[in-house]
Amino acid sequence: MKGGQAGWLFVAPALSVIGLFFAVPALAALALSLTDFDIYALADIRNLRFVGFRNYAELLANPLFWQALGNTLYFVVVGVPLSIAASLGAALLLESRLARFKGFFRTALFAPVVTTLVAVAVIWRYLLHTHYGLLNYALGALGVAPVDWLGDPRWAMPAIIFFAVWKNFGYNMLIFVAGLQTIPEDLYEAARMDGASALRRFWHVTLPGLAPVVLLVSLLTVAGYLQLFAEPYVMTQGGPQQSTVSLLYFMFEQGFKWWNLGTASAVAFLLFVMILAVTLVQLAVARRRGML
Amino acid sequence: MKRGPTAQLANALLVNGLLVAAAAFALLPLAWMVSVSFMRPGEADSFPPPLIPSAPTLAAYRSLFAQHGMGRYFANSLFLASAATALSLTFNVAAGYAFAKLRFAGRDRVFQLLLVALVIPGQVAMIPLFLMLQKIGLVNNFGGVLVPAAAGVFGIFLVRQYALSIPDELLEAARVDGAGEVRIFRSIVLPALLPIMATLATFTFLATWNDFMWPLIVLSDERLYTLPVALASLSREHVQDAELMMAGAVVTVVPVLALFVVLQRYYIQGLLAGSVKG
Repeated sequence: MKGGQAGWLFVAPALSVIGLFFAVPALAALALSLTDFDIYALADIRNLRFVGFRNYAELLANPLFWQALGNTLYFVVVGVPLSIAASLGAALLLESRLARFKGFFRTALFAPVVTTLVAVAVIWRYLLHTHYGLLNYALGALGVAPVDWLGDPRWAMPAIIFFAVWKNFGYNMLIFVAGLQTIPEDLYEAARMDGASALRRFWHVTLPGLAPVVLLVSLLTVAGYLQLFAEPYVMTQGGPQQSTVSLLYFMFEQGFKWWNLGTASAVAFLLFVMILAVTLVQLAVARRRGML
Repeated sequence: MKRGPTAQLANALLVNGLLVAAAAFALLPLAWMVSVSFMRPGEADSFPPPLIPSAPTLAAYRSLFAQHGMGRYFANSLFLASAATALSLTFNVAAGYAFAKLRFAGRDRVFQLLLVALVIPGQVAMIPLFLMLQKIGLVNNFGGVLVPAAAGVFGIFLVRQYALSIPDELLEAARVDGAGEVRIFRSIVLPALLPIMATLATFTFLATWNDFMWPLIVLSDERLYTLPVALASLSREHVQDAELMMAGAVVTVVPVLALFVVLQRYYIQGLLAGSVKG
Protein backbone atom coordinates (compact mmCIF):
# COMPACT_ATOMS: atom_id res chain seq x y z
CA MET A 1 0.00 0.00 0.00
CA LYS A 2 1.43 3.37 -1.02
CA GLY A 3 1.54 6.30 1.40
CA GLY A 4 -1.02 8.34 -0.54
CA GLN A 5 -3.66 5.63 -0.57
CA ALA A 6 -3.08 4.83 3.08
CA GLY A 7 -3.57 8.47 4.05
CA TRP A 8 -6.97 8.70 2.41
CA LEU A 9 -7.91 5.32 3.83
CA PHE A 10 -7.13 6.53 7.36
CA VAL A 11 -9.06 9.80 7.07
CA ALA A 12 -11.97 8.54 4.97
CA PRO A 13 -14.12 7.12 7.80
CA ALA A 14 -13.89 10.27 9.93
CA LEU A 15 -14.39 12.58 6.96
CA SER A 16 -17.45 10.60 5.86
CA VAL A 17 -19.03 10.95 9.29
CA ILE A 18 -18.27 14.68 9.46
CA GLY A 19 -19.43 15.25 5.90
CA LEU A 20 -22.62 13.23 6.19
CA PHE A 21 -23.71 14.22 9.70
CA PHE A 22 -22.32 17.74 9.96
CA ALA A 23 -21.36 19.41 6.66
CA VAL A 24 -24.38 18.24 4.64
CA PRO A 25 -26.93 19.12 7.36
CA ALA A 26 -25.23 22.49 8.01
CA LEU A 27 -25.58 23.38 4.33
CA ALA A 28 -29.09 21.94 4.25
CA ALA A 29 -30.01 24.30 7.08
CA LEU A 30 -29.55 27.22 4.73
CA ALA A 31 -31.74 25.57 2.10
CA LEU A 32 -34.34 24.58 4.69
CA SER A 33 -34.52 28.16 5.98
CA LEU A 34 -35.77 29.20 2.52
CA THR A 35 -38.74 26.81 2.67
CA ASP A 36 -41.99 26.68 4.64
CA PHE A 37 -41.11 23.29 6.15
CA ASP A 38 -43.73 22.69 8.86
CA ILE A 39 -45.85 19.90 10.34
CA TYR A 40 -47.62 19.39 7.00
CA ALA A 41 -44.35 18.96 5.13
CA LEU A 42 -43.25 16.60 7.89
CA ALA A 43 -46.27 14.43 7.12
CA ASP A 44 -45.96 14.72 3.33
CA ILE A 45 -42.95 16.27 1.67
CA ARG A 46 -45.12 17.41 -1.29
CA ASN A 47 -46.48 20.17 0.95
CA LEU A 48 -43.03 21.77 0.99
CA ARG A 49 -42.72 25.13 -0.76
CA PHE A 50 -39.80 27.39 -1.56
CA VAL A 51 -40.54 30.77 0.03
CA GLY A 52 -37.32 32.72 -0.51
CA PHE A 53 -36.50 34.99 2.39
CA ARG A 54 -40.01 34.99 3.84
CA ASN A 55 -38.92 33.20 7.04
CA TYR A 56 -36.30 35.85 7.63
CA ALA A 57 -38.74 38.67 6.93
CA GLU A 58 -41.26 37.13 9.32
CA LEU A 59 -38.61 36.72 12.00
CA LEU A 60 -37.66 40.39 11.73
CA ALA A 61 -41.34 41.26 12.19
CA ASN A 62 -41.74 38.95 15.21
CA PRO A 63 -41.37 40.76 18.56
CA LEU A 64 -40.47 37.51 20.35
CA PHE A 65 -37.51 37.02 18.00
CA TRP A 66 -36.24 40.51 18.86
CA GLN A 67 -36.80 39.79 22.54
CA ALA A 68 -34.82 36.55 22.24
CA LEU A 69 -32.05 38.36 20.41
CA GLY A 70 -32.01 41.12 23.04
CA ASN A 71 -31.97 38.61 25.91
CA THR A 72 -29.13 36.66 24.29
CA LEU A 73 -27.09 39.83 23.73
CA TYR A 74 -27.75 40.87 27.35
CA PHE A 75 -26.41 37.50 28.48
CA VAL A 76 -23.33 37.87 26.25
CA VAL A 77 -22.54 41.55 26.88
CA VAL A 78 -22.81 41.28 30.67
CA GLY A 79 -21.91 37.63 31.13
CA VAL A 80 -18.74 37.41 29.05
CA PRO A 81 -16.80 40.30 30.71
CA LEU A 82 -17.90 39.09 34.17
CA SER A 83 -16.85 35.51 33.41
CA ILE A 84 -13.50 36.58 31.99
CA ALA A 85 -12.82 38.89 34.93
CA ALA A 86 -13.60 36.06 37.36
CA SER A 87 -11.37 33.67 35.39
CA LEU A 88 -8.49 36.14 35.29
CA GLY A 89 -8.82 36.96 38.98
CA ALA A 90 -8.80 33.28 39.92
CA ALA A 91 -5.83 32.60 37.62
CA LEU A 92 -3.80 35.45 39.15
CA LEU A 93 -4.51 34.10 42.64
CA LEU A 94 -3.53 30.57 41.62
CA GLU A 95 -0.31 31.76 40.00
CA SER A 96 0.65 34.01 42.90
CA ARG A 97 3.93 32.98 44.50
CA LEU A 98 2.24 33.28 47.86
CA ALA A 99 -0.52 30.77 47.09
CA ARG A 100 -0.49 27.44 48.97
CA PHE A 101 -2.11 24.10 48.05
CA LYS A 102 -2.28 25.11 44.38
CA GLY A 103 -3.24 21.64 43.16
CA PHE A 104 -6.22 21.47 45.49
CA PHE A 105 -7.42 24.97 44.67
CA ARG A 106 -7.06 24.41 40.95
CA THR A 107 -9.19 21.26 41.09
CA ALA A 108 -11.77 22.89 43.38
CA LEU A 109 -12.17 25.98 41.20
CA PHE A 110 -12.41 23.87 38.06
CA ALA A 111 -14.96 21.40 39.48
CA PRO A 112 -18.10 23.31 38.34
CA VAL A 113 -16.88 23.13 34.72
CA VAL A 114 -17.05 19.34 34.53
CA THR A 115 -20.42 19.08 36.26
CA THR A 116 -23.54 18.36 34.21
CA LEU A 117 -25.15 21.67 33.22
CA VAL A 118 -28.71 20.44 33.70
CA ALA A 119 -27.98 19.03 37.17
CA VAL A 120 -26.26 22.14 38.50
CA ALA A 121 -28.94 24.37 36.97
CA VAL A 122 -31.43 22.38 39.05
CA ILE A 123 -29.30 22.97 42.16
CA TRP A 124 -29.17 26.70 41.52
CA ARG A 125 -32.91 26.83 41.06
CA TYR A 126 -33.19 25.91 44.72
CA LEU A 127 -30.29 28.09 45.86
CA LEU A 128 -32.07 31.02 44.20
CA HIS A 129 -35.46 30.19 45.72
CA THR A 130 -37.18 33.27 47.17
CA HIS A 131 -38.06 31.75 50.57
CA TYR A 132 -35.87 28.70 51.16
CA GLY A 133 -32.86 29.61 49.00
CA LEU A 134 -29.46 30.02 50.59
CA LEU A 135 -28.66 33.13 48.55
CA ASN A 136 -31.59 35.13 49.90
CA TYR A 137 -30.86 33.77 53.39
CA ALA A 138 -27.27 35.03 53.18
CA LEU A 139 -28.41 38.37 51.76
CA GLY A 140 -31.02 38.57 54.51
CA ALA A 141 -28.21 38.37 57.07
CA LEU A 142 -26.82 41.50 55.43
CA GLY A 143 -30.20 43.20 55.66
CA VAL A 144 -31.24 42.76 52.03
CA ALA A 145 -34.93 42.00 51.47
CA PRO A 146 -35.70 38.69 49.66
CA VAL A 147 -35.44 38.89 45.87
CA ASP A 148 -37.59 36.70 43.63
CA TRP A 149 -34.57 35.88 41.46
CA LEU A 150 -36.13 33.58 38.89
CA GLY A 151 -39.67 34.98 39.12
CA ASP A 152 -38.95 38.66 38.53
CA PRO A 153 -38.33 39.69 34.91
CA ARG A 154 -35.71 42.20 36.05
CA TRP A 155 -33.71 39.62 38.00
CA ALA A 156 -34.08 36.37 36.04
CA MET A 157 -31.35 37.12 33.50
CA PRO A 158 -28.90 38.53 36.08
CA ALA A 159 -29.46 35.35 38.12
CA ILE A 160 -28.74 33.17 35.08
CA ILE A 161 -25.60 35.21 34.38
CA PHE A 162 -24.46 34.73 37.97
CA PHE A 163 -25.02 30.99 37.59
CA ALA A 164 -23.14 30.94 34.27
CA VAL A 165 -20.13 32.70 35.82
CA TRP A 166 -20.07 30.09 38.59
CA LYS A 167 -20.33 27.23 36.09
CA ASN A 168 -17.78 28.47 33.56
CA PHE A 169 -15.07 30.61 35.13
CA GLY A 170 -12.81 27.62 35.82
CA TYR A 171 -12.42 26.82 32.14
CA ASN A 172 -10.86 30.13 31.09
CA MET A 173 -9.01 30.24 34.39
CA LEU A 174 -6.92 27.24 33.30
CA ILE A 175 -6.19 28.86 29.93
CA PHE A 176 -5.10 32.05 31.72
CA VAL A 177 -2.88 30.06 34.09
CA ALA A 178 -1.10 28.53 31.10
CA GLY A 179 -0.83 31.99 29.53
CA LEU A 180 0.61 33.53 32.69
CA GLN A 181 3.30 30.87 32.79
CA THR A 182 4.59 32.00 29.38
CA ILE A 183 5.30 35.58 30.55
CA PRO A 184 9.04 35.72 31.28
CA GLU A 185 9.92 36.26 34.94
CA ASP A 186 12.64 38.79 33.87
CA LEU A 187 9.96 41.26 32.82
CA TYR A 188 8.52 41.24 36.33
CA GLU A 189 11.99 41.54 37.84
CA ALA A 190 12.80 44.53 35.64
CA ALA A 191 9.50 46.20 36.55
CA ARG A 192 10.19 45.59 40.23
CA MET A 193 13.67 47.12 39.89
CA ASP A 194 12.01 50.19 38.39
CA GLY A 195 9.85 50.38 41.49
CA ALA A 196 6.58 49.53 39.73
CA SER A 197 3.73 48.71 42.11
CA ALA A 198 1.82 45.43 41.83
CA LEU A 199 -1.01 47.22 40.03
CA ARG A 200 1.36 48.82 37.51
CA ARG A 201 3.13 45.50 36.94
CA PHE A 202 -0.27 43.91 36.22
CA TRP A 203 -1.18 46.73 33.82
CA HIS A 204 2.15 46.99 31.99
CA VAL A 205 3.53 43.43 32.10
CA THR A 206 0.76 40.92 32.77
CA LEU A 207 -2.02 42.32 30.60
CA PRO A 208 0.08 42.96 27.45
CA GLY A 209 1.64 39.52 27.86
CA LEU A 210 -1.80 37.95 28.13
CA ALA A 211 -3.39 39.93 25.28
CA PRO A 212 -3.44 37.08 22.72
CA VAL A 213 -4.88 34.71 25.35
CA VAL A 214 -7.54 37.26 26.34
CA LEU A 215 -8.52 37.56 22.68
CA LEU A 216 -8.75 33.81 22.24
CA VAL A 217 -10.70 33.37 25.46
CA SER A 218 -13.18 36.13 24.63
CA LEU A 219 -13.71 34.65 21.18
CA LEU A 220 -14.49 31.21 22.60
CA THR A 221 -16.65 32.63 25.38
CA VAL A 222 -18.74 34.91 23.15
CA ALA A 223 -19.35 32.04 20.73
CA GLY A 224 -20.27 29.76 23.63
CA TYR A 225 -22.54 32.26 25.40
CA LEU A 226 -24.43 33.03 22.18
CA GLN A 227 -25.54 29.38 22.40
CA LEU A 228 -27.42 29.87 25.69
CA PHE A 229 -30.08 27.17 25.99
CA ALA A 230 -30.13 24.69 28.88
CA GLU A 231 -30.03 27.35 31.63
CA PRO A 232 -33.35 28.98 30.67
CA TYR A 233 -34.81 25.58 29.69
CA VAL A 234 -34.24 24.20 33.19
CA MET A 235 -34.31 27.27 35.42
CA THR A 236 -37.02 29.53 34.00
CA GLN A 237 -38.52 27.89 30.89
CA GLY A 238 -37.92 31.21 29.15
CA GLY A 239 -39.92 33.20 31.69
CA PRO A 240 -40.90 35.27 33.52
CA GLN A 241 -42.55 37.34 30.78
CA GLN A 242 -40.14 35.83 28.24
CA SER A 243 -37.26 37.67 29.87
CA THR A 244 -34.96 34.65 29.49
CA VAL A 245 -35.99 33.31 26.08
CA SER A 246 -32.68 32.96 24.24
CA LEU A 247 -32.15 32.56 20.50
CA LEU A 248 -31.61 28.82 20.82
CA TYR A 249 -34.56 28.46 23.17
CA PHE A 250 -36.66 30.29 20.58
CA MET A 251 -35.26 28.02 17.86
CA PHE A 252 -36.01 24.90 19.91
CA GLU A 253 -39.62 25.96 20.54
CA GLN A 254 -40.18 26.95 16.92
CA GLY A 255 -38.61 23.75 15.63
CA PHE A 256 -39.51 21.01 18.05
CA LYS A 257 -42.59 22.32 19.81
CA TRP A 258 -44.42 23.95 16.87
CA TRP A 259 -42.58 22.06 14.12
CA ASN A 260 -41.88 25.24 12.15
CA LEU A 261 -38.62 23.76 10.94
CA GLY A 262 -38.14 26.35 8.18
CA THR A 263 -38.36 29.22 10.66
CA ALA A 264 -36.19 27.39 13.17
CA SER A 265 -33.52 26.85 10.50
CA ALA A 266 -33.55 30.57 9.74
CA VAL A 267 -32.91 31.27 13.44
CA ALA A 268 -30.06 28.76 13.49
CA PHE A 269 -28.54 30.31 10.40
CA LEU A 270 -28.76 33.83 11.86
CA LEU A 271 -27.04 32.55 14.98
CA PHE A 272 -24.24 31.16 12.83
CA VAL A 273 -23.87 34.51 11.01
CA MET A 274 -23.61 36.29 14.36
CA ILE A 275 -20.92 33.92 15.64
CA LEU A 276 -19.02 34.28 12.39
CA ALA A 277 -19.29 38.09 12.51
CA VAL A 278 -18.08 38.28 16.11
CA THR A 279 -15.14 36.02 15.28
CA LEU A 280 -14.15 38.05 12.23
CA VAL A 281 -14.40 41.37 14.11
CA GLN A 282 -12.27 40.09 16.95
CA LEU A 283 -9.66 38.73 14.55
CA ALA A 284 -9.59 42.04 12.67
CA VAL A 285 -9.10 43.97 15.91
CA ALA A 286 -6.29 41.64 16.88
CA ARG A 287 -4.59 42.07 13.53
CA ARG A 288 -4.78 45.85 13.71
CA ARG A 289 -3.24 45.82 17.16
CA GLY A 290 -0.51 43.51 15.89
CA MET A 291 -1.39 40.65 18.20
CA LEU A 292 -1.52 38.05 15.47
CA MET B 1 10.48 49.27 47.43
CA LYS B 2 11.38 46.66 50.02
CA ARG B 3 8.68 45.17 52.11
CA GLY B 4 9.01 43.83 55.59
CA PRO B 5 8.03 40.31 56.72
CA THR B 6 4.77 41.65 58.18
CA ALA B 7 3.62 43.00 54.82
CA GLN B 8 4.62 39.70 53.19
CA LEU B 9 2.57 37.77 55.73
CA ALA B 10 -0.43 40.05 55.23
CA ASN B 11 -0.21 39.55 51.47
CA ALA B 12 0.07 35.77 51.84
CA LEU B 13 -2.98 35.78 54.10
CA LEU B 14 -4.91 37.89 51.60
CA VAL B 15 -4.05 35.68 48.60
CA ASN B 16 -4.85 32.44 50.41
CA GLY B 17 -7.94 33.89 52.04
CA LEU B 18 -9.29 34.88 48.64
CA LEU B 19 -8.49 31.41 47.30
CA VAL B 20 -10.42 29.82 50.16
CA ALA B 21 -13.36 32.13 49.45
CA ALA B 22 -13.27 31.29 45.73
CA ALA B 23 -13.09 27.55 46.45
CA ALA B 24 -16.05 27.89 48.82
CA PHE B 25 -18.00 29.70 46.09
CA ALA B 26 -17.21 26.89 43.64
CA LEU B 27 -17.85 23.95 45.98
CA LEU B 28 -20.64 25.07 48.34
CA PRO B 29 -23.48 24.50 45.82
CA LEU B 30 -22.17 20.96 45.27
CA ALA B 31 -21.82 20.30 49.01
CA TRP B 32 -25.35 21.64 49.55
CA MET B 33 -26.62 19.27 46.83
CA VAL B 34 -25.11 16.26 48.61
CA SER B 35 -26.40 17.35 51.99
CA VAL B 36 -29.99 17.99 50.85
CA SER B 37 -30.08 14.66 49.00
CA PHE B 38 -29.88 12.94 52.40
CA MET B 39 -32.69 14.95 54.00
CA ARG B 40 -36.13 13.51 54.64
CA PRO B 41 -38.88 14.62 52.21
CA GLY B 42 -39.81 18.28 52.69
CA GLU B 43 -37.00 19.03 55.13
CA ALA B 44 -35.19 21.47 52.81
CA ASP B 45 -38.31 23.62 52.49
CA SER B 46 -38.05 25.28 55.86
CA PHE B 47 -36.70 28.53 57.20
CA PRO B 48 -33.92 29.11 57.97
CA PRO B 49 -32.72 26.74 55.20
CA PRO B 50 -31.10 23.72 56.89
CA LEU B 51 -27.49 22.95 55.90
CA ILE B 52 -27.17 19.48 57.40
CA PRO B 53 -29.85 16.72 57.44
CA SER B 54 -31.23 16.31 60.95
CA ALA B 55 -31.48 12.53 60.46
CA PRO B 56 -29.70 11.41 57.24
CA THR B 57 -31.88 9.13 55.13
CA LEU B 58 -31.71 7.46 51.73
CA ALA B 59 -35.42 8.06 51.16
CA ALA B 60 -34.87 10.36 48.19
CA TYR B 61 -32.53 7.87 46.48
CA ARG B 62 -34.92 5.01 47.11
CA SER B 63 -37.80 6.91 45.57
CA LEU B 64 -35.61 7.99 42.67
CA PHE B 65 -34.60 4.46 41.73
CA ALA B 66 -37.81 2.64 42.70
CA GLN B 67 -40.41 5.07 41.36
CA HIS B 68 -38.66 7.28 38.86
CA GLY B 69 -36.55 4.78 36.91
CA MET B 70 -33.22 6.39 37.69
CA GLY B 71 -31.37 3.08 37.24
CA ARG B 72 -32.44 2.91 33.63
CA TYR B 73 -31.42 6.51 32.89
CA PHE B 74 -28.06 5.87 34.52
CA ALA B 75 -27.55 2.78 32.36
CA ASN B 76 -28.57 4.74 29.24
CA SER B 77 -26.11 7.52 29.98
CA LEU B 78 -23.34 5.07 30.79
CA PHE B 79 -23.92 3.13 27.58
CA LEU B 80 -24.11 6.22 25.36
CA ALA B 81 -21.03 7.87 26.87
CA SER B 82 -19.01 4.64 26.56
CA ALA B 83 -20.15 3.95 23.00
CA ALA B 84 -19.46 7.54 21.92
CA THR B 85 -15.99 7.28 23.44
CA ALA B 86 -15.24 4.04 21.58
CA LEU B 87 -16.50 5.50 18.29
CA SER B 88 -14.62 8.75 18.72
CA LEU B 89 -11.37 6.86 19.38
CA THR B 90 -11.92 4.63 16.34
CA PHE B 91 -12.57 7.45 13.87
CA ASN B 92 -10.54 10.39 15.16
CA VAL B 93 -7.26 8.71 16.07
CA ALA B 94 -6.68 7.23 12.60
CA ALA B 95 -7.60 10.52 10.93
CA GLY B 96 -5.55 12.67 13.29
CA TYR B 97 -2.50 10.48 12.72
CA ALA B 98 -2.91 10.56 8.93
CA PHE B 99 -3.23 14.36 8.87
CA ALA B 100 -0.02 14.61 10.89
CA LYS B 101 2.21 11.95 9.37
CA LEU B 102 0.96 10.50 6.09
CA ARG B 103 1.43 12.41 2.86
CA PHE B 104 -1.53 12.36 0.51
CA ALA B 105 -2.96 14.60 -2.18
CA GLY B 106 -5.09 17.45 -0.78
CA ARG B 107 -4.13 16.76 2.83
CA ASP B 108 -3.41 20.33 3.91
CA ARG B 109 -6.35 21.78 2.00
CA VAL B 110 -8.76 19.32 3.65
CA PHE B 111 -7.33 19.95 7.09
CA GLN B 112 -7.68 23.73 6.69
CA LEU B 113 -11.28 23.23 5.60
CA LEU B 114 -11.92 21.22 8.78
CA LEU B 115 -10.50 24.00 10.94
CA VAL B 116 -12.72 26.57 9.23
CA ALA B 117 -15.72 24.34 10.00
CA LEU B 118 -15.00 24.84 13.71
CA VAL B 119 -16.76 28.25 13.50
CA ILE B 120 -20.07 26.57 12.61
CA PRO B 121 -22.04 25.88 15.78
CA GLY B 122 -23.41 22.36 16.01
CA GLN B 123 -26.97 23.66 16.41
CA VAL B 124 -26.99 24.86 12.80
CA ALA B 125 -26.87 21.26 11.62
CA MET B 126 -29.39 19.96 14.16
CA ILE B 127 -32.67 20.48 12.32
CA PRO B 128 -31.68 18.97 8.94
CA LEU B 129 -29.83 16.21 10.81
CA PHE B 130 -33.00 15.44 12.73
CA LEU B 131 -34.94 15.13 9.45
CA MET B 132 -32.21 12.94 7.91
CA LEU B 133 -32.13 10.63 10.90
CA GLN B 134 -35.90 10.42 10.86
CA LYS B 135 -35.76 9.17 7.28
CA ILE B 136 -33.34 6.38 8.18
CA GLY B 137 -35.15 5.47 11.39
CA LEU B 138 -32.55 6.74 13.87
CA VAL B 139 -34.82 9.21 15.65
CA ASN B 140 -35.87 8.00 19.08
CA ASN B 141 -32.97 5.61 18.90
CA PHE B 142 -29.53 5.56 20.56
CA GLY B 143 -27.96 5.50 17.09
CA GLY B 144 -29.28 8.99 16.50
CA VAL B 145 -27.54 10.27 19.61
CA LEU B 146 -24.28 8.60 18.63
CA VAL B 147 -23.76 9.38 14.92
CA PRO B 148 -22.81 13.05 15.28
CA ALA B 149 -20.50 12.18 18.19
CA ALA B 150 -18.59 9.52 16.24
CA ALA B 151 -16.09 11.86 14.61
CA GLY B 152 -15.33 15.50 15.17
CA VAL B 153 -12.97 18.22 14.06
CA PHE B 154 -11.81 18.89 17.60
CA GLY B 155 -10.88 15.23 18.18
CA ILE B 156 -8.96 15.02 14.91
CA PHE B 157 -7.15 18.28 15.68
CA LEU B 158 -6.23 17.09 19.18
CA VAL B 159 -4.73 13.83 17.93
CA ARG B 160 -2.98 15.50 14.99
CA GLN B 161 -1.16 18.04 17.18
CA TYR B 162 0.10 15.24 19.39
CA ALA B 163 0.99 12.89 16.52
CA LEU B 164 3.24 15.55 14.96
CA SER B 165 5.79 14.68 17.65
CA ILE B 166 6.19 11.05 16.46
CA PRO B 167 9.64 10.92 14.78
CA ASP B 168 9.42 10.31 11.02
CA GLU B 169 12.59 8.14 11.18
CA LEU B 170 10.72 5.62 13.32
CA LEU B 171 7.98 5.24 10.70
CA GLU B 172 10.47 5.21 7.81
CA ALA B 173 12.54 2.48 9.46
CA ALA B 174 9.46 0.31 9.79
CA ARG B 175 8.56 0.94 6.15
CA VAL B 176 12.08 -0.04 5.03
CA ASP B 177 11.65 -3.26 7.02
CA GLY B 178 8.60 -3.92 4.87
CA ALA B 179 5.86 -3.22 7.40
CA GLY B 180 2.50 -2.15 5.93
CA GLU B 181 0.80 1.10 6.95
CA VAL B 182 -1.87 -0.67 9.00
CA ARG B 183 0.75 -2.64 10.90
CA ILE B 184 2.81 0.50 11.52
CA PHE B 185 -0.32 2.18 12.84
CA ARG B 186 -1.11 -0.69 15.18
CA SER B 187 2.34 -1.50 16.51
CA ILE B 188 4.13 1.87 16.50
CA VAL B 189 1.64 4.71 16.27
CA LEU B 190 -1.09 3.57 18.65
CA PRO B 191 1.28 2.91 21.57
CA ALA B 192 2.86 6.34 21.03
CA LEU B 193 -0.57 8.00 20.99
CA LEU B 194 -1.87 6.38 24.20
CA PRO B 195 -1.67 9.58 26.31
CA ILE B 196 -3.64 11.67 23.83
CA MET B 197 -6.12 8.82 23.43
CA ALA B 198 -6.73 9.00 27.18
CA THR B 199 -7.34 12.74 26.78
CA LEU B 200 -9.73 12.26 23.88
CA ALA B 201 -11.56 9.48 25.72
CA THR B 202 -12.01 11.60 28.85
CA PHE B 203 -13.26 14.55 26.81
CA THR B 204 -15.71 12.51 24.77
CA PHE B 205 -17.06 10.62 27.74
CA LEU B 206 -17.69 13.77 29.79
CA ALA B 207 -19.13 15.70 26.83
CA THR B 208 -21.56 12.91 25.94
CA TRP B 209 -22.58 12.31 29.55
CA ASN B 210 -23.29 16.03 30.05
CA ASP B 211 -24.86 16.72 26.65
CA PHE B 212 -28.44 17.93 26.76
CA MET B 213 -29.89 19.61 23.69
CA TRP B 214 -29.25 16.88 21.12
CA PRO B 215 -30.53 13.92 23.18
CA LEU B 216 -33.49 16.09 24.17
CA ILE B 217 -34.32 16.51 20.48
CA VAL B 218 -33.61 12.96 19.31
CA LEU B 219 -35.02 10.90 22.18
CA SER B 220 -38.76 11.19 22.77
CA ASP B 221 -39.35 7.80 24.38
CA GLU B 222 -38.95 8.21 28.13
CA ARG B 223 -37.26 4.83 28.48
CA LEU B 224 -34.39 6.04 26.31
CA TYR B 225 -33.77 9.27 28.27
CA THR B 226 -30.27 10.10 29.42
CA LEU B 227 -29.69 11.44 32.93
CA PRO B 228 -29.74 15.16 31.98
CA VAL B 229 -32.89 14.76 29.86
CA ALA B 230 -34.60 12.75 32.60
CA LEU B 231 -33.53 15.24 35.26
CA ALA B 232 -34.85 18.21 33.28
CA SER B 233 -38.15 16.44 32.76
CA LEU B 234 -38.36 15.41 36.45
CA SER B 235 -37.62 18.95 37.55
CA ARG B 236 -40.54 20.24 35.52
CA GLU B 237 -42.89 17.83 37.32
CA HIS B 238 -41.38 17.72 40.80
CA VAL B 239 -40.36 21.30 41.49
CA GLN B 240 -41.38 20.95 45.15
CA ASP B 241 -39.27 17.88 45.92
CA ALA B 242 -35.90 19.48 46.61
CA GLU B 243 -34.54 16.28 48.21
CA LEU B 244 -35.56 14.10 45.26
CA MET B 245 -34.09 16.53 42.73
CA MET B 246 -30.82 16.85 44.65
CA ALA B 247 -30.48 13.07 44.82
CA GLY B 248 -30.97 13.05 41.04
CA ALA B 249 -28.32 15.72 40.67
CA VAL B 250 -25.91 13.69 42.83
CA VAL B 251 -26.41 10.58 40.71
CA THR B 252 -25.75 12.66 37.56
CA VAL B 253 -22.84 14.78 38.72
CA VAL B 254 -20.82 12.58 41.06
CA PRO B 255 -19.71 10.04 38.40
CA VAL B 256 -18.27 12.74 36.13
CA LEU B 257 -16.70 14.62 39.03
CA ALA B 258 -15.02 11.42 40.21
CA LEU B 259 -13.85 10.63 36.70
CA PHE B 260 -12.45 14.13 36.35
CA VAL B 261 -10.55 13.98 39.64
CA VAL B 262 -8.95 10.68 38.60
CA LEU B 263 -8.19 11.71 35.00
CA GLN B 264 -7.69 15.45 35.38
CA ARG B 265 -4.13 15.34 34.05
CA TYR B 266 -5.41 14.11 30.68
CA TYR B 267 -8.45 16.38 30.69
CA ILE B 268 -6.49 19.56 31.35
CA GLN B 269 -3.87 18.62 28.77
CA GLY B 270 -6.61 18.38 26.17
CA LEU B 271 -8.24 21.61 27.22
CA LEU B 272 -4.97 23.48 26.79
CA ALA B 273 -4.10 21.75 23.52
CA GLY B 274 -7.46 22.83 22.17
CA SER B 275 -6.93 26.48 22.99
CA VAL B 276 -3.52 27.93 23.75
CA LYS B 277 -1.47 25.97 21.27
CA GLY B 278 -4.24 26.17 18.69
